[in-house]
Amino acid sequence: MRPARNHPGWWAFIVHRLSGVGLALFLPAHFLVLGLALGGAAALDEFLRWSERPLVKAAEWGLVMLLAAHFAGGVRILALEFLPWREWHKALAAVAAAFALAAGLVFALAR
Amino acid sequence: MLRVAVWRGGAQGKLQEFEVPRRPSQTVLDVVTYIQRRLDSTLSYRFACRVGMCGSCAMTVNGKPRWTCRTHVDRVGGDGRLVIEPLANLPVVKDLVADLREFFDKWSRAGGRFHPTQARDADFARVRPDSRQRREADAGIECIGCAVCYAACDVVKWNPAYLGPAALNRAWTLANDPRDGAQRERVAAVAGDAGCHACHTMMSCTELCPKHLSPTRSIAGLKRATLGFALGEGES
Amino acid sequence: MSARNEARLWLAQRATAALLAPCVLVHLATLVFAVRAGLSAQAILERTHGSLAWGVFYSAFVLAAALHGAIGLRTVAAEWLGWRGAGADAASAFAGLALALLGLRAVAAVVL
Repeated sequence: MRPARNHPGWWAFIVHRLSGVGLALFLPAHFLVLGLALGGAAALDEFLRWSERPLVKAAEWGLVMLLAAHFAGGVRILALEFLPWREWHKALAAVAAAFALAAGLVFALAR
Repeated sequence: MLRVAVWRGGAQGKLQEFEVPRRPSQTVLDVVTYIQRRLDSTLSYRFACRVGMCGSCAMTVNGKPRWTCRTHVDRVGGDGRLVIEPLANLPVVKDLVADLREFFDKWSRAGGRFHPTQARDADFARVRPDSRQRREADAGIECIGCAVCYAACDVVKWNPAYLGPAALNRAWTLANDPRDGAQRERVAAVAGDAGCHACHTMMSCTELCPKHLSPTRSIAGLKRATLGFALGEGES
Repeated sequence: MSARNEARLWLAQRATAALLAPCVLVHLATLVFAVRAGLSAQAILERTHGSLAWGVFYSAFVLAAALHGAIGLRTVAAEWLGWRGAGADAASAFAGLALALLGLRAVAAVVL
Protein backbone atom coordinates (compact mmCIF):
# COMPACT_ATOMS: atom_id res chain seq x y z
CA MET A 1 0.00 0.00 0.00
CA ARG A 2 1.49 3.33 -1.06
CA PRO A 3 2.01 5.39 2.11
CA ALA A 4 0.07 8.37 0.74
CA ARG A 5 -2.99 6.10 0.42
CA ASN A 6 -3.02 4.60 3.90
CA HIS A 7 -5.87 6.63 5.40
CA PRO A 8 -9.61 6.15 5.98
CA GLY A 9 -10.87 8.24 3.07
CA TRP A 10 -8.84 6.20 0.62
CA TRP A 11 -10.00 2.93 2.12
CA ALA A 12 -13.58 4.15 1.84
CA PHE A 13 -12.99 4.93 -1.84
CA ILE A 14 -11.38 1.61 -2.77
CA VAL A 15 -14.04 -0.43 -0.95
CA HIS A 16 -16.76 1.58 -2.66
CA ARG A 17 -15.19 1.16 -6.08
CA LEU A 18 -14.40 -2.56 -5.82
CA SER A 19 -17.80 -3.35 -4.32
CA GLY A 20 -19.46 -1.38 -7.11
CA VAL A 21 -17.59 -3.25 -9.82
CA GLY A 22 -18.32 -6.54 -8.08
CA LEU A 23 -22.03 -5.78 -7.87
CA ALA A 24 -22.18 -4.61 -11.49
CA LEU A 25 -20.60 -7.87 -12.62
CA PHE A 26 -22.85 -9.93 -10.34
CA LEU A 27 -26.15 -8.29 -11.33
CA PRO A 28 -26.55 -9.90 -14.79
CA ALA A 29 -26.09 -13.33 -13.19
CA HIS A 30 -28.63 -12.42 -10.49
CA PHE A 31 -31.15 -11.30 -13.11
CA LEU A 32 -30.62 -14.42 -15.21
CA VAL A 33 -31.17 -16.68 -12.19
CA LEU A 34 -34.38 -14.88 -11.25
CA GLY A 35 -35.42 -15.10 -14.88
CA LEU A 36 -35.40 -18.88 -14.48
CA ALA A 37 -38.79 -18.45 -12.84
CA LEU A 38 -40.13 -17.74 -16.33
CA GLY A 39 -39.84 -21.48 -16.80
CA GLY A 40 -41.92 -22.11 -13.70
CA ALA A 41 -41.04 -22.47 -10.04
CA ALA A 42 -39.33 -25.80 -10.63
CA ALA A 43 -36.58 -24.28 -12.76
CA LEU A 44 -35.82 -21.72 -10.05
CA ASP A 45 -35.95 -24.39 -7.34
CA GLU A 46 -33.35 -26.47 -9.14
CA PHE A 47 -30.95 -23.56 -9.03
CA LEU A 48 -31.76 -22.79 -5.38
CA ARG A 49 -31.00 -26.39 -4.44
CA TRP A 50 -27.63 -26.08 -6.14
CA SER A 51 -27.04 -22.87 -4.24
CA GLU A 52 -27.33 -24.66 -0.90
CA ARG A 53 -23.70 -25.70 -1.22
CA PRO A 54 -21.49 -24.07 1.43
CA LEU A 55 -19.22 -22.32 -1.06
CA VAL A 56 -22.22 -20.74 -2.73
CA LYS A 57 -23.66 -19.72 0.64
CA ALA A 58 -20.34 -18.07 1.49
CA ALA A 59 -20.40 -16.25 -1.83
CA GLU A 60 -23.94 -15.07 -1.11
CA TRP A 61 -22.77 -13.67 2.19
CA GLY A 62 -19.96 -11.95 0.31
CA LEU A 63 -22.48 -10.35 -2.04
CA VAL A 64 -24.55 -9.09 0.86
CA MET A 65 -21.36 -7.57 2.28
CA LEU A 66 -20.62 -5.92 -1.09
CA LEU A 67 -24.12 -4.45 -1.15
CA ALA A 68 -23.94 -3.22 2.43
CA ALA A 69 -20.46 -1.77 1.93
CA HIS A 70 -21.40 -0.03 -1.30
CA PHE A 71 -24.56 1.35 0.29
CA ALA A 72 -22.68 2.68 3.31
CA GLY A 73 -19.91 4.24 1.21
CA GLY A 74 -22.54 5.79 -1.04
CA VAL A 75 -24.37 7.39 1.88
CA ARG A 76 -21.01 8.81 3.02
CA ILE A 77 -20.46 10.39 -0.41
CA LEU A 78 -23.97 11.86 -0.50
CA ALA A 79 -23.39 13.35 2.95
CA LEU A 80 -19.98 14.79 2.01
CA GLU A 81 -21.25 16.30 -1.23
CA PHE A 82 -24.67 17.61 -0.29
CA LEU A 83 -24.67 18.44 3.40
CA PRO A 84 -22.96 21.60 4.66
CA TRP A 85 -19.42 20.66 5.63
CA ARG A 86 -18.80 19.59 9.19
CA GLU A 87 -15.59 18.37 10.81
CA TRP A 88 -17.14 15.04 11.78
CA HIS A 89 -17.67 14.23 8.12
CA LYS A 90 -14.16 12.85 8.13
CA ALA A 91 -15.36 10.14 10.49
CA LEU A 92 -18.02 9.01 8.03
CA ALA A 93 -15.69 6.39 6.57
CA ALA A 94 -15.61 4.65 9.94
CA VAL A 95 -19.38 4.89 10.30
CA ALA A 96 -19.84 3.37 6.86
CA ALA A 97 -17.52 0.49 7.69
CA ALA A 98 -19.38 -0.15 10.94
CA PHE A 99 -22.72 -0.30 9.14
CA ALA A 100 -21.44 -2.72 6.53
CA LEU A 101 -20.00 -5.02 9.17
CA ALA A 102 -23.22 -4.92 11.16
CA ALA A 103 -25.24 -5.82 8.09
CA GLY A 104 -22.93 -8.71 7.32
CA LEU A 105 -23.23 -9.96 10.88
CA VAL A 106 -27.02 -9.82 10.82
CA PHE A 107 -27.12 -11.75 7.58
CA ALA A 108 -24.66 -14.37 8.75
CA LEU A 109 -26.59 -14.91 11.99
CA ALA A 110 -29.92 -15.14 10.18
CA ARG A 111 -28.99 -18.48 8.69
CA MET B 1 24.01 7.41 10.20
CA LEU B 2 21.06 7.67 7.84
CA ARG B 3 20.83 5.54 4.73
CA VAL B 4 19.28 7.81 2.12
CA ALA B 5 18.13 6.77 -1.36
CA VAL B 6 17.69 9.73 -3.70
CA TRP B 7 16.15 9.74 -7.18
CA ARG B 8 18.65 10.67 -9.87
CA GLY B 9 17.76 11.32 -13.49
CA GLY B 10 14.54 12.32 -15.26
CA ALA B 11 11.59 10.11 -16.07
CA GLN B 12 14.17 7.35 -16.48
CA GLY B 13 16.69 7.09 -13.71
CA LYS B 14 17.45 5.28 -10.50
CA LEU B 15 17.83 5.68 -6.78
CA GLN B 16 21.34 6.57 -5.60
CA GLU B 17 22.38 5.62 -2.06
CA PHE B 18 24.08 8.00 0.36
CA GLU B 19 25.12 7.88 4.00
CA VAL B 20 24.30 11.04 5.93
CA PRO B 21 25.15 11.74 9.59
CA ARG B 22 22.14 12.14 11.88
CA ARG B 23 21.84 15.43 13.71
CA PRO B 24 19.35 16.67 16.34
CA SER B 25 16.27 18.47 14.92
CA GLN B 26 17.39 17.50 11.43
CA THR B 27 14.89 17.97 8.61
CA VAL B 28 14.77 16.11 5.31
CA LEU B 29 15.78 19.36 3.60
CA ASP B 30 18.88 19.41 5.79
CA VAL B 31 19.66 15.89 4.57
CA VAL B 32 19.27 16.80 0.89
CA THR B 33 21.35 19.93 1.39
CA TYR B 34 24.10 17.91 3.11
CA ILE B 35 24.19 15.49 0.18
CA GLN B 36 24.40 18.24 -2.42
CA ARG B 37 27.08 20.25 -0.57
CA ARG B 38 29.28 17.49 0.82
CA LEU B 39 28.68 14.29 -1.14
CA ASP B 40 27.47 14.96 -4.69
CA SER B 41 27.26 18.50 -6.05
CA THR B 42 25.47 17.29 -9.19
CA LEU B 43 22.24 16.68 -7.21
CA SER B 44 19.46 19.09 -8.26
CA TYR B 45 16.67 20.14 -5.91
CA ARG B 46 14.45 23.14 -5.10
CA PHE B 47 14.04 25.11 -1.93
CA ALA B 48 13.66 28.74 -0.93
CA CYS B 49 12.48 29.91 2.47
CA ARG B 50 13.50 26.79 4.48
CA VAL B 51 10.86 27.70 7.10
CA GLY B 52 7.56 26.31 5.85
CA MET B 53 6.15 29.34 4.06
CA CYS B 54 6.84 28.98 0.34
CA GLY B 55 6.20 25.30 -0.50
CA SER B 56 9.16 25.12 -2.93
CA CYS B 57 10.80 22.17 -1.15
CA ALA B 58 7.92 19.75 -1.64
CA MET B 59 9.16 16.24 -2.51
CA THR B 60 8.09 12.64 -2.01
CA VAL B 61 9.54 11.35 1.25
CA ASN B 62 9.12 7.62 1.99
CA GLY B 63 6.20 7.57 -0.42
CA LYS B 64 4.35 10.66 0.82
CA PRO B 65 4.47 14.17 -0.67
CA ARG B 66 5.65 16.57 2.02
CA TRP B 67 7.47 19.85 2.64
CA THR B 68 11.00 18.64 3.30
CA CYS B 69 11.86 21.71 5.40
CA ARG B 70 9.01 20.85 7.77
CA THR B 71 9.60 17.11 7.87
CA HIS B 72 11.80 16.12 10.78
CA VAL B 73 13.91 13.06 10.16
CA ASP B 74 12.90 11.74 13.58
CA ARG B 75 9.32 11.48 12.39
CA VAL B 76 9.95 9.67 9.11
CA GLY B 77 13.37 8.07 9.32
CA GLY B 78 12.52 5.80 12.23
CA ASP B 79 14.55 2.86 11.05
CA GLY B 80 17.35 5.06 9.75
CA ARG B 81 16.24 4.85 6.13
CA LEU B 82 14.92 7.60 3.84
CA VAL B 83 13.74 7.41 0.25
CA ILE B 84 13.53 10.85 -1.39
CA GLU B 85 11.95 11.32 -4.81
CA PRO B 86 10.46 14.20 -6.80
CA LEU B 87 6.73 15.00 -6.48
CA ALA B 88 4.48 12.46 -8.18
CA ASN B 89 2.00 13.19 -11.01
CA LEU B 90 4.38 15.72 -12.57
CA PRO B 91 7.12 15.40 -15.19
CA VAL B 92 10.61 15.24 -13.67
CA VAL B 93 13.02 17.93 -14.80
CA LYS B 94 16.03 16.43 -13.05
CA ASP B 95 16.57 14.48 -9.83
CA LEU B 96 14.27 16.01 -7.19
CA VAL B 97 12.97 18.85 -9.35
CA ALA B 98 9.47 18.46 -10.81
CA ASP B 99 8.01 20.50 -13.68
CA LEU B 100 5.09 22.44 -12.23
CA ARG B 101 3.88 24.05 -15.45
CA GLU B 102 0.87 21.80 -15.89
CA PHE B 103 -0.09 22.31 -12.24
CA PHE B 104 -0.28 26.07 -12.82
CA ASP B 105 -1.85 25.75 -16.27
CA LYS B 106 -4.69 23.81 -14.66
CA TRP B 107 -4.97 26.49 -11.97
CA SER B 108 -5.57 28.97 -14.76
CA ARG B 109 -7.97 26.70 -16.65
CA ALA B 110 -10.06 26.23 -13.53
CA GLY B 111 -10.74 29.96 -13.46
CA GLY B 112 -8.26 30.43 -10.63
CA ARG B 113 -7.79 34.08 -11.44
CA PHE B 114 -9.61 37.06 -9.98
CA HIS B 115 -11.64 39.09 -12.50
CA PRO B 116 -12.14 42.65 -11.27
CA THR B 117 -15.33 44.58 -11.99
CA GLN B 118 -14.49 47.98 -10.49
CA ALA B 119 -12.24 50.75 -11.66
CA ARG B 120 -9.50 52.01 -9.38
CA ASP B 121 -11.46 55.03 -8.16
CA ALA B 122 -14.51 53.03 -7.05
CA ASP B 123 -15.30 52.79 -3.36
CA PHE B 124 -14.04 49.83 -1.30
CA ALA B 125 -16.10 46.68 -1.60
CA ARG B 126 -17.75 45.79 1.68
CA VAL B 127 -17.21 42.13 2.49
CA ARG B 128 -18.27 40.97 5.91
CA PRO B 129 -15.66 38.54 7.26
CA ASP B 130 -18.33 36.59 9.12
CA SER B 131 -20.59 36.15 6.09
CA ARG B 132 -21.10 32.57 4.97
CA GLN B 133 -19.40 33.21 1.64
CA ARG B 134 -16.33 34.83 3.18
CA ARG B 135 -16.00 32.04 5.74
CA GLU B 136 -16.11 29.49 2.92
CA ALA B 137 -13.47 31.40 0.95
CA ASP B 138 -11.29 31.89 4.04
CA ALA B 139 -11.32 28.15 4.71
CA GLY B 140 -9.35 27.61 1.52
CA ILE B 141 -7.59 30.92 0.92
CA GLU B 142 -4.23 30.07 2.49
CA CYS B 143 -3.11 27.79 -0.35
CA ILE B 144 0.40 28.61 -1.56
CA GLY B 145 0.40 26.32 -4.57
CA CYS B 146 2.96 23.79 -3.32
CA ALA B 147 1.40 20.88 -5.29
CA VAL B 148 1.50 18.38 -2.43
CA CYS B 149 -2.24 17.74 -2.86
CA TYR B 150 -1.82 17.37 -6.62
CA ALA B 151 0.96 14.84 -6.09
CA ALA B 152 -1.14 12.91 -3.58
CA CYS B 153 -4.31 12.70 -5.66
CA ASP B 154 -5.04 9.40 -7.39
CA VAL B 155 -7.63 10.98 -9.68
CA VAL B 156 -4.88 13.25 -11.01
CA LYS B 157 -2.85 10.11 -11.58
CA TRP B 158 -5.63 8.25 -13.40
CA ASN B 159 -7.27 11.16 -15.24
CA PRO B 160 -4.73 13.32 -17.07
CA ALA B 161 -7.24 16.09 -17.75
CA TYR B 162 -8.34 16.41 -14.10
CA LEU B 163 -7.74 19.97 -12.89
CA GLY B 164 -6.76 18.74 -9.44
CA PRO B 165 -7.46 19.71 -5.83
CA ALA B 166 -5.44 22.93 -5.64
CA ALA B 167 -6.87 24.49 -8.79
CA LEU B 168 -10.42 23.58 -7.78
CA ASN B 169 -9.86 24.81 -4.23
CA ARG B 170 -8.74 28.16 -5.59
CA ALA B 171 -11.72 28.28 -7.95
CA TRP B 172 -14.00 27.75 -4.94
CA THR B 173 -12.47 30.62 -2.99
CA LEU B 174 -13.12 32.88 -5.98
CA ALA B 175 -16.61 31.48 -6.48
CA ASN B 176 -17.28 32.83 -2.99
CA ASP B 177 -15.86 36.25 -3.79
CA PRO B 178 -18.74 38.64 -4.55
CA ARG B 179 -16.31 41.11 -6.13
CA ASP B 180 -15.34 38.69 -8.91
CA GLY B 181 -16.95 39.18 -12.30
CA ALA B 182 -16.37 35.79 -13.94
CA GLN B 183 -18.64 33.53 -11.90
CA ARG B 184 -20.52 31.97 -14.84
CA GLU B 185 -17.35 31.24 -16.80
CA ARG B 186 -15.76 29.69 -13.73
CA VAL B 187 -18.73 27.41 -13.09
CA ALA B 188 -18.47 26.16 -16.67
CA ALA B 189 -14.70 25.74 -16.28
CA VAL B 190 -14.88 23.54 -13.18
CA ALA B 191 -17.70 21.25 -14.33
CA GLY B 192 -17.32 17.87 -15.96
CA ASP B 193 -14.95 14.90 -15.96
CA ALA B 194 -11.93 17.20 -15.90
CA GLY B 195 -13.42 19.26 -13.11
CA CYS B 196 -15.01 18.89 -9.72
CA HIS B 197 -17.22 16.00 -10.82
CA ALA B 198 -14.22 13.68 -11.08
CA CYS B 199 -13.41 13.96 -7.37
CA HIS B 200 -14.11 10.73 -5.50
CA THR B 201 -13.71 12.15 -1.96
CA MET B 202 -10.64 10.02 -1.31
CA MET B 203 -9.39 12.98 0.74
CA SER B 204 -5.67 12.34 0.26
CA CYS B 205 -5.42 16.06 -0.44
CA THR B 206 -7.05 16.97 2.86
CA GLU B 207 -4.97 14.36 4.68
CA LEU B 208 -1.64 15.68 3.39
CA CYS B 209 -2.11 19.43 2.90
CA PRO B 210 0.69 21.06 4.93
CA LYS B 211 -1.56 24.06 5.56
CA HIS B 212 -4.39 21.84 6.80
CA LEU B 213 -6.77 22.98 4.09
CA SER B 214 -9.53 20.76 2.77
CA PRO B 215 -9.76 20.78 -1.02
CA THR B 216 -12.38 18.04 -0.66
CA ARG B 217 -14.57 20.52 1.15
CA SER B 218 -14.06 23.14 -1.56
CA ILE B 219 -14.73 20.64 -4.32
CA ALA B 220 -17.92 19.54 -2.59
CA GLY B 221 -18.94 23.19 -2.64
CA LEU B 222 -18.22 23.37 -6.37
CA LYS B 223 -20.33 20.25 -6.96
CA ARG B 224 -23.27 22.02 -5.36
CA ALA B 225 -22.47 25.27 -7.18
CA THR B 226 -22.55 23.51 -10.56
CA LEU B 227 -25.98 21.94 -10.06
CA GLY B 228 -27.58 24.77 -12.02
CA PHE B 229 -25.06 24.35 -14.81
CA ALA B 230 -25.84 20.65 -15.02
CA LEU B 231 -29.55 21.38 -15.18
CA GLY B 232 -29.09 23.75 -18.10
CA GLU B 233 -28.41 27.20 -16.67
CA GLY B 234 -26.33 29.38 -18.94
CA GLU B 235 -27.45 27.37 -21.97
CA SER B 236 -26.86 29.47 -25.06
CA MET C 1 -18.99 14.46 -24.26
CA SER C 2 -19.51 18.06 -23.20
CA ALA C 3 -18.72 19.20 -19.67
CA ARG C 4 -22.41 19.91 -19.15
CA ASN C 5 -23.39 16.36 -20.08
CA GLU C 6 -20.62 14.98 -17.89
CA ALA C 7 -22.02 17.05 -15.03
CA ARG C 8 -25.46 15.60 -15.84
CA LEU C 9 -24.06 12.06 -15.60
CA TRP C 10 -22.66 12.94 -12.18
CA LEU C 11 -26.07 14.28 -11.14
CA ALA C 12 -27.85 11.19 -12.46
CA GLN C 13 -25.39 9.07 -10.49
CA ARG C 14 -26.23 10.92 -7.26
CA ALA C 15 -29.97 11.00 -7.97
CA THR C 16 -30.11 7.26 -8.64
CA ALA C 17 -28.00 6.73 -5.51
CA ALA C 18 -30.57 8.61 -3.45
CA LEU C 19 -33.32 6.45 -4.96
CA LEU C 20 -31.32 3.23 -4.51
CA ALA C 21 -30.50 3.85 -0.85
CA PRO C 22 -33.98 3.07 0.53
CA CYS C 23 -34.43 0.30 -2.09
CA VAL C 24 -31.23 -1.37 -0.88
CA LEU C 25 -32.32 -1.17 2.75
CA VAL C 26 -35.64 -2.79 1.87
CA HIS C 27 -33.84 -5.40 -0.21
CA LEU C 28 -31.35 -6.20 2.57
CA ALA C 29 -34.19 -6.58 5.07
CA THR C 30 -36.09 -8.77 2.62
CA LEU C 31 -33.02 -10.95 2.14
CA VAL C 32 -32.68 -11.50 5.86
CA PHE C 33 -36.36 -12.48 6.15
CA ALA C 34 -36.20 -14.68 3.09
CA VAL C 35 -33.13 -16.53 4.28
CA ARG C 36 -34.68 -17.16 7.69
CA ALA C 37 -37.88 -18.46 6.12
CA GLY C 38 -35.88 -20.78 3.93
CA LEU C 39 -34.86 -19.99 0.40
CA SER C 40 -37.14 -21.76 -2.06
CA ALA C 41 -38.80 -20.74 -5.31
CA GLN C 42 -42.18 -21.20 -3.71
CA ALA C 43 -41.37 -18.93 -0.77
CA ILE C 44 -39.99 -16.21 -3.04
CA LEU C 45 -42.76 -16.40 -5.64
CA GLU C 46 -45.49 -16.53 -3.00
CA ARG C 47 -44.35 -13.12 -1.92
CA THR C 48 -43.98 -11.54 -5.33
CA HIS C 49 -46.50 -13.25 -7.63
CA GLY C 50 -49.26 -10.90 -8.73
CA SER C 51 -48.03 -8.13 -6.47
CA LEU C 52 -48.27 -4.69 -8.03
CA ALA C 53 -46.30 -3.22 -5.14
CA TRP C 54 -43.32 -5.54 -5.58
CA GLY C 55 -43.57 -5.08 -9.33
CA VAL C 56 -43.35 -1.31 -9.11
CA PHE C 57 -40.68 -1.46 -6.40
CA TYR C 58 -38.40 -3.86 -8.23
CA SER C 59 -38.89 -2.15 -11.60
CA ALA C 60 -37.81 1.18 -10.13
CA PHE C 61 -34.94 -0.58 -8.34
CA VAL C 62 -33.78 -2.22 -11.59
CA LEU C 63 -33.91 0.95 -13.69
CA ALA C 64 -32.08 3.00 -11.06
CA ALA C 65 -29.45 0.28 -10.60
CA ALA C 66 -28.93 -0.07 -14.35
CA LEU C 67 -28.32 3.65 -14.82
CA HIS C 68 -26.20 3.93 -11.66
CA GLY C 69 -24.11 0.90 -12.58
CA ALA C 70 -23.55 1.99 -16.17
CA ILE C 71 -22.34 5.44 -15.15
CA GLY C 72 -20.10 3.90 -12.50
CA LEU C 73 -18.59 1.42 -14.94
CA ARG C 74 -17.91 4.26 -17.37
CA THR C 75 -15.85 6.04 -14.72
CA VAL C 76 -13.94 2.89 -13.76
CA ALA C 77 -13.20 2.13 -17.43
CA ALA C 78 -11.89 5.67 -17.94
CA GLU C 79 -9.71 5.75 -14.81
CA TRP C 80 -8.42 2.19 -14.64
CA LEU C 81 -8.48 1.05 -18.27
CA GLY C 82 -7.83 4.41 -19.88
CA TRP C 83 -10.90 3.83 -22.03
CA ARG C 84 -12.50 7.18 -22.90
CA GLY C 85 -14.41 8.72 -25.78
CA ALA C 86 -17.38 7.82 -27.93
CA GLY C 87 -16.61 4.09 -27.93
CA ALA C 88 -16.44 3.89 -24.16
CA ASP C 89 -19.62 5.96 -23.80
CA ALA C 90 -21.43 3.63 -26.19
CA ALA C 91 -20.19 0.57 -24.31
CA SER C 92 -21.42 1.88 -20.98
CA ALA C 93 -24.77 2.84 -22.52
CA PHE C 94 -25.03 -0.70 -23.84
CA ALA C 95 -24.19 -2.10 -20.39
CA GLY C 96 -26.92 0.04 -18.84
CA LEU C 97 -29.43 -1.08 -21.43
CA ALA C 98 -28.51 -4.74 -20.96
CA LEU C 99 -28.84 -4.47 -17.18
CA ALA C 100 -32.21 -2.75 -17.53
CA LEU C 101 -33.58 -5.34 -19.96
CA LEU C 102 -32.29 -8.36 -18.03
CA GLY C 103 -33.56 -6.80 -14.82
CA LEU C 104 -37.04 -6.04 -16.08
CA ARG C 105 -37.23 -9.55 -17.47
CA ALA C 106 -36.36 -10.89 -14.03
CA VAL C 107 -39.03 -8.68 -12.43
CA ALA C 108 -41.56 -10.02 -14.92
CA ALA C 109 -40.45 -13.56 -14.10
CA VAL C 110 -41.24 -13.23 -10.40
CA VAL C 111 -44.22 -10.90 -10.53
CA LEU C 112 -46.25 -11.96 -13.50
